[in-house]
Amino acid sequence: MLARIQVTSPVRRGQAMEVRLLLQHPMETGFRYDFSGSSIAKNVIHSISAEYGGRVVFRARMGSGVAANPLLHFWVRPVQSGDIRVSWEDDQGVQGQVSARVEVLPA
Amino acid sequence: MACVGWAAVPARAQAPPANLDWAQLYGPFTGGATPTPERVRVVTPRLADNGLSVPLAVRVESPMTEGDHVRRVVLLSNRNPRPMIAEFELGPWSAKADVATRVRLNGSQEVMALVQTSDGRWWRGTAEVEVTESACMDAS
Repeated sequence: MLARIQVTSPVRRGQAMEVRLLLQHPMETGFRYDFSGSSIAKNVIHSISAEYGGRVVFRARMGSGVAANPLLHFWVRPVQSGDIRVSWEDDQGVQGQVSARVEVLPA
Repeated sequence: MACVGWAAVPARAQAPPANLDWAQLYGPFTGGATPTPERVRVVTPRLADNGLSVPLAVRVESPMTEGDHVRRVVLLSNRNPRPMIAEFELGPWSAKADVATRVRLNGSQEVMALVQTSDGRWWRGTAEVEVTESACMDAS
């Protein structure tokens, strides 16, 4: 599964850091039919979590209401230099992970 | 398919599906309480050409400190076949109560963001979106 993550880095301590995440996934609703008329099973990324500085900083639960190739923007308070690791799982049990390096400068 | 059928019938010949009642949608989250319509801003284009991908941002006025922060953000639609679009968990480490994504909308409707702050209170914000081409998610 293709994924892209971007963070504001380097960032000064005390400022806010934006995390932008783009995953490649059809986010199949389960309401569509293929050419032979059989329904296409629902398959969406149902959960995403982001870990940074030794704790989970963001968690998302999603349904079929999120557009295909889900895009997420959220903010994190930078505490120390390190990796931000994002992992997710879809309805078929396929898991993925992507990480980005965060460089934190003194305030 | 739903879209083809809709386009073929003249306007008003077929009643549009009734929108769901908001209180029934946020009830299970708030425990029956009515969320206060303050602090939450839902930012979407007023007119979305395509319901398959509508940019949507939720911004909450909150200092995001240990004592006063946003805990949960729930996105609800009253016209989608599955009203629960997404749910986000934030905390004091989130710096800003600002989340953005892209959603599917099954026709023109009001989208609601339901927000729970650290004191356990619930807030809401809504945005009206006009969708010219729906996401066609109905099985009908």
